[in-house]
Amino acid sequence: MESKPLGGKIFTKPFKILMVFGIIGVILILKRYFLGLGSVSNLNDGYPWGMWIVYDVVTGTAIACGGYAMAMLIYIFNKGEYHPLIRSALMAGMFGYTLAGVSIYIDTGRWWNLQNIFLPGTANPNSIMFEVAVCVALYVAVMWIEFSPAFFEGKEQHKGKLKLLNKVMFFFIALGILLPTLHQSSLGSLMIIAGQKVSPLWQTNWLPLLYLITAITMGYAIVVFESLFSSIGLKRPLETSMLSKLAGVIPKLLIVYFVFRFGDLIYRGALGHIFDIDLKSFMFILENLLYIYPVVILFSAAKRKNPKYLFLSAVSMLLAGVLYRFNTYLVGFNPGNGYVYFPSFSEIMITVGIIAIEIMAYLVFVKTLPVLPQVKHAQ
Amino acid sequence: MNLQRRDFFKVLSAGVITATTSRSAQARPTFKQPPDAVGLLYDATLCIGCKACEVGCKTRNEKPNVHSEIEEYFGVSGVWDDSRDLDSATMNKIKVYKNGTAAVKDREIDGFSFVKRACMHCFDPDCQSACPTSALIKDPVKGYVTYDKDACCGCRYCQVACQYLIPKFEYHKALPELVKCEMCNHILEEGGITGCAEWCPTGATIYGKLDDLMAEARKRLELKPGDRYSFSVHTVDSDEKKSRPVEKYIDHIYGEKEGGGAQYIMLSAVPFQKLGLPEMPETSGASKSETLQHTLYKGLIGPIILLGGMVVATYRSTKKHQTDE
Repeated sequence: MESKPLGGKIFTKPFKILMVFGIIGVILILKRYFLGLGSVSNLNDGYPWGMWIVYDVVTGTAIACGGYAMAMLIYIFNKGEYHPLIRSALMAGMFGYTLAGVSIYIDTGRWWNLQNIFLPGTANPNSIMFEVAVCVALYVAVMWIEFSPAFFEGKEQHKGKLKLLNKVMFFFIALGILLPTLHQSSLGSLMIIAGQKVSPLWQTNWLPLLYLITAITMGYAIVVFESLFSSIGLKRPLETSMLSKLAGVIPKLLIVYFVFRFGDLIYRGALGHIFDIDLKSFMFILENLLYIYPVVILFSAAKRKNPKYLFLSAVSMLLAGVLYRFNTYLVGFNPGNGYVYFPSFSEIMITVGIIAIEIMAYLVFVKTLPVLPQVKHAQ
Repeated sequence: MNLQRRDFFKVLSAGVITATTSRSAQARPTFKQPPDAVGLLYDATLCIGCKACEVGCKTRNEKPNVHSEIEEYFGVSGVWDDSRDLDSATMNKIKVYKNGTAAVKDREIDGFSFVKRACMHCFDPDCQSACPTSALIKDPVKGYVTYDKDACCGCRYCQVACQYLIPKFEYHKALPELVKCEMCNHILEEGGITGCAEWCPTGATIYGKLDDLMAEARKRLELKPGDRYSFSVHTVDSDEKKSRPVEKYIDHIYGEKEGGGAQYIMLSAVPFQKLGLPEMPETSGASKSETLQHTLYKGLIGPIILLGGMVVATYRSTKKHQTDE
């Protein structure tokens, strides 16, 4: 099955609405550069990381794991039948990660020194942040290379380039599977050094494994979500049979997750905090209910084939992963000394603006480049 | 297909075995005291809360006064400093503990106490381990933890890592810097002592070699409450002494074992947790974090084996896909 550009008008009404949010975001970002982080955000000395790091980077890249999760299935477990789904998943991932990279430039106070993370004189391989930065930067580059054939396909003058690319592509695909495995786990490891600031409900040495598993399940969930959503939004036939099979992977992985998550809580004697009856215990329960829903639904073959349940369980899985990350980094994070944090309006609008730009780019790409699988007519 | 999957798991398990069997050899211990460690001893029972140390700190480090919201609201500002806590212009702060009637100093119930908060200069600083650009560095000989703004990228991971909430960031500047006590190392290099110890009139804060300070702290814990004792002023080996009765200390030197040890140590008659100091494990967060990371990434063996397996698998399956088409 070949991929094909969708065609059609770019400046549609939804696109123009997205543009408004994009522009608001850009204006606020400019304000941040002239007046400082505090002028647009509620970030403070107790909560140095807020909405931008936790949503745009930690959560955003996990949501962007669709391409990674699909590549693992297709190339490592050799499930070629999923191939039609990979390109749009890869592209969404590419945007997600690229914009996470952009967010880093907004969030870091001394962004002009960011290259010091990679320079031999200043790089600190002991820092988990070093590992995250190196892997994420490499992965962004790898994803653009993986996606690049879409720019050349169907163009006679680029045939040579395309052939060469396809010859070496296996190596970039392999790298594209290795790098997220490393940094998605490290995004969990980042919080280990925060020690007692993170509630025992989330602080554990198993953070890397738990973050890795949930990033993969979020990857499959976003592929299902995007596929169903774009089928409806862009008026294309549903790819239900393939998606339901794919979604069947999620509950199996989540069972492994639950074994480690609750095994660890019991082993550390931290499970009792569930009954603290405070915001943390409530959020913990909510987080895990959201994880349980897709397990229950997706184990049933009949429900898995129903687009409605498929969609709801994908949404639930994504929300669970999002909440898990917000809980580890913000809800379960208490520096003490009276510090509080809730994102400011401007802070949220910057993130909204970035997401709007991401969706705009997605729409432009699917309409002008061969990304989505070609629809077969007259069956 | 099954063959490949089996191959992949073989490679994967090889990676896992390499990573896990090297665990014990790889454990990264908490760092010990540097050879020529210098430090500060703060004795809360001698502190009168005059905040001269704050003035000394701001003078030596050229930091501006902070004005309160009330001052700002009325458009006035005193010539005094009105910082309420450590902040991006205040790297040394006297805070107060009060209970009940607060009638007597150095008493937990119905009493009060001061506490001087500043960087602990940990033996194994979490901030140093966290910093991706080596902007926070512990001097390998004297042990003070310094900041290099030319290296710093402003990611604030140090703020996430530090259990004492010491690094502060200039959130309201376009070109912000991190601010933390660097133990006046620019003065120490010229043979001077830290601003806080130099300005302190009572001997509550004294500077010296860490071994001497620790010996002095232990000696004070042995003293009998009520007896008179000559407390050194400014430095541990100073000739300038102030004689006064000994208070009843809590039998603990805060900073001796906290987080694996620190170069800013404290004595108090009120429990340290009441003074707002965190209860800390005897190992550093850095050792925990780095043990995990070094286990997973030792010599990059795990990742390289994993990559090898993936290259083989993807090469085979892309070839298969191409022949299918």
